[in-house]
This record gives sequence, C-alpha cells and structure tokens, in this order.
Amino acid sequence: MRFLSKALVITWKDALSEMRTKEVLSSVVVFALLVIVIFNFAFGASQEKMLLVAPGILWVTFTFAGMLSINRAFIPEKEQGCLEGLMVCPISREAIYIGKMLGSLLFMLIVEAIALPIFTFLFNLPVLSLQLVVVTVLATLGFVAVGTLFSALAVNTKAREMVLPILFLPIVVPLIISAVKASELALSRESWATLASWLGIMGAFDVIFLVVSFLVFAFVIEE
Amino acid sequence: MGKSYLRNILSAVSFLLMAASLYMVFVYVPTEATMGIVQRIFYLMVPVAWLSLLSFLIVFIGSILYLRKKQSRWDVLARSSAEIGIIFTTLTLITGSLWARPVWGVWWTWEPRLTATLVLWFIYLAYFLARSLAAEEHRGATFAAVVGILGFVDVPIIGLATTLWRGIHPGALIFQGGLAPSMLLTLMVSLAAFTALYSLLLLQRISMKNDEIEIKRLLGLTAERHNTGDR
Repeated sequence: MRFLSKALVITWKDALSEMRTKEVLSSVVVFALLVIVIFNFAFGASQEKMLLVAPGILWVTFTFAGMLSINRAFIPEKEQGCLEGLMVCPISREAIYIGKMLGSLLFMLIVEAIALPIFTFLFNLPVLSLQLVVVTVLATLGFVAVGTLFSALAVNTKAREMVLPILFLPIVVPLIISAVKASELALSRESWATLASWLGIMGAFDVIFLVVSFLVFAFVIEE
Repeated sequence: MGKSYLRNILSAVSFLLMAASLYMVFVYVPTEATMGIVQRIFYLMVPVAWLSLLSFLIVFIGSILYLRKKQSRWDVLARSSAEIGIIFTTLTLITGSLWARPVWGVWWTWEPRLTATLVLWFIYLAYFLARSLAAEEHRGATFAAVVGILGFVDVPIIGLATTLWRGIHPGALIFQGGLAPSMLLTLMVSLAAFTALYSLLLLQRISMKNDEIEIKRLLGLTAERHNTGDR
C-alpha cells in the first residue's frame, strides 16, 4: 500500500505540473486532430471508404500522439535535473516506474477521450461504444507500459526522442494489429465473442509487459 | 587450449553435416509433387528461420544474466548471438521471398510468419541501435539487454497476432500433412548442420570479442604507462 501511495505521489506531481503548464496535453490534442484531418485528405471523404480505413486512421493517430506524449515523460525530468532528485528519494525505482506509467496513462486517456468524440463527429461513425472504449483502454495500457520504459531509456541516449519510435514500434506491433482488428469489428457492431481473441491478446500483452518492464526498469535509469 | 580444440571439432562436424545436407537436398530427396523444384528452398529456409529464433533465445538468456551479474562475458554472449541472429533473420526474409515468388506469384506477401520474421528483424535492429546510441559502453550493454529481453518476450505474442490477423497459411500444411520420411530426414540433417554452424560461429565471435576487449585493456595500460613515464 505504501508502495502505491509513493507511486501516486509521482503521478500527482506529473498531473500538477501538466495542469499548470498545459504543455503536453494541449499540443498532443491538437496534433491528434491534425492527423485525423490530414488522413481525411489522404483517403478522400466518402462514407464507405471511411468505414474501411477508420480503424487504421484511429490507431495511427493514437500511436503517433502517444509517442509524442510518452517522449515527453522523461525529457523535462532529465533537463531540469528532476530525475536525479527522484533517484535520491527514499523510494524504489519500481515506484518511479509505476508513478510515471500511471501519469502517461492518464494523459493518453484524456487525449483519447477528447479525440474519440471528435472522430465520431467528423467521420459520422458509431465510435462511442463500450467495445471501443474497452479496446482503447487495453491498447493504451500496453502502450504506456512499454513506452514508459523506453522513454526512460531513450532520454539517456545521444539521440533522445529519435530513438523512441524505433525501439517502441516493433515491440507494440501485436498491440497495434489487435487494436485495429478489434476496432474494425467493434465499428461493424459485431458481438463480444468475435472480439474475444483480440481482447485476449491485448490483455496478455498488457500483463506480460507491465511485469517485465517493472522488473527491468531499475537497470535503465541506473547511473 | 580446450576451446580451440572444441572449435576444431565443431568445424569438422559442421563441414561434414553441411556437405551431407547439400547432397541430400540436391540429389537424395525427391522433388515435391505440387510445388516442384522450388520446394527445395524449404531445407534452407526452415534451418535459417530456426536459427534466427535460437539466436534470439541465446540473446535473451545472455541479457538476463548480464543484468543480474553485470559480467561483461554475458554481454559478449548476447551481442555475438545477436550479430549472427540478424544475419540469419535476413536470410530467412530472402529465402522467404524466393519461395513466395514462384509459389504465390509475388516477392512479398503479408503472410503471418514472414510478417513476424520482419518484425523480429526490426527488433534485432533496435537491439543494436540501443547499444550504439548510449554514451558509455556499459550503459549501451544494459540498454541492449533490456531490448533483448522485451523483444524475446514479444516473439510469441507477435506470432499469435500475425497468425490470427491473416489466418493459417499454406506452409502450415507441410507440417500438418506430415512430410515423407526422406524429406523429414533431409530436413533434420539440414537443421543439425546449421545448428552446428551456429555454435561454431558463436564460439568464434565470442573469442574474437574477448580478444578485442583484451587488446583494448592492454592499449589502455600502455597509454597509462606512457603518460606516467613522461612525467
């Protein structure tokens, strides 16, 4: 319990600094909207075509927006020496991981909660269903589980934000495949049973990568 | 000098097995009825695909041991295996394309196993990139180990997702239908030959890496002597 409260303090710190600056959230939301609009130009706006490409657009948007915000998870920490501060705190490295991970999860869910209704509005699609919400939450959890670890790794390299996509994208391929396929099924109003295997893959991915990232995180930020 | 003895034996074994498997692939084994002569690529493709997975298993084990014990020999093991692994993964992609062209009429199809192999190839690249972009050598080794562990854990999930994504592919029938005994024997000899070759390459690469480390150490030592001598 004490572990969780320590982690939540870090999450709260991130939320507070975000509420005061609104740096990441505002730019990521605008970025997500821009990507949606640009895809609209790329594919043409006919309704039948949209139903085909919508799941792809949705997940490319969320993947890029997620990468943008996850990249920011550790860069300010590093730039302003906050990471050193966190590391001399009497908290375990694992608590730092959970705290940062929950922070990124919160940001991404907020971005998605804003982007999804707009997506529905712009493309006239039945996006707001319970199925799609479950798919989004499961996929986002896996994203931030891996993303937080690689963000901490990338910030300690020479190329910084350039590194994250190259490390992150191959690992989350199964998540993207499952999210796109499950969203496709959800958009054509299939039953939960047809989605089950995709939800299963995402659930397994989330659990496995939360545990593995939790275990190796300490090695990544060690000086 | 026990190690070079072992390497000599392995060289001889892999040479003999390789010669035997070449004979079997081109002379002994009958041509497959439906796919024709191109099916012989199979005896090359399966062993190189197997090695790309085996190499990653060794990378995984080496990475875990390195993170636990922080001894550079485990990093040398993981890194050497990754270097061999990316070559065999590339070969898997090439032989896969050569197979796909006559059988399906295209160089590349998003067939589940080919897709999974491509993702594996990208993870190998990420492994080397994580190492090369770190400022210090030991950090690079740690970063690479982290990618090695996450990447290997990901392999079964990638396999599952790509299979579900595209459905079962015709190649799977080869295993379900059962191979003719002569084909199975040829495949087994090829697998043994390539596994022996892998072990040989791995030992060779590790001893090269160790020599490099030793030379670096000695150079550092002489530079130090030189500096103190000047003063």
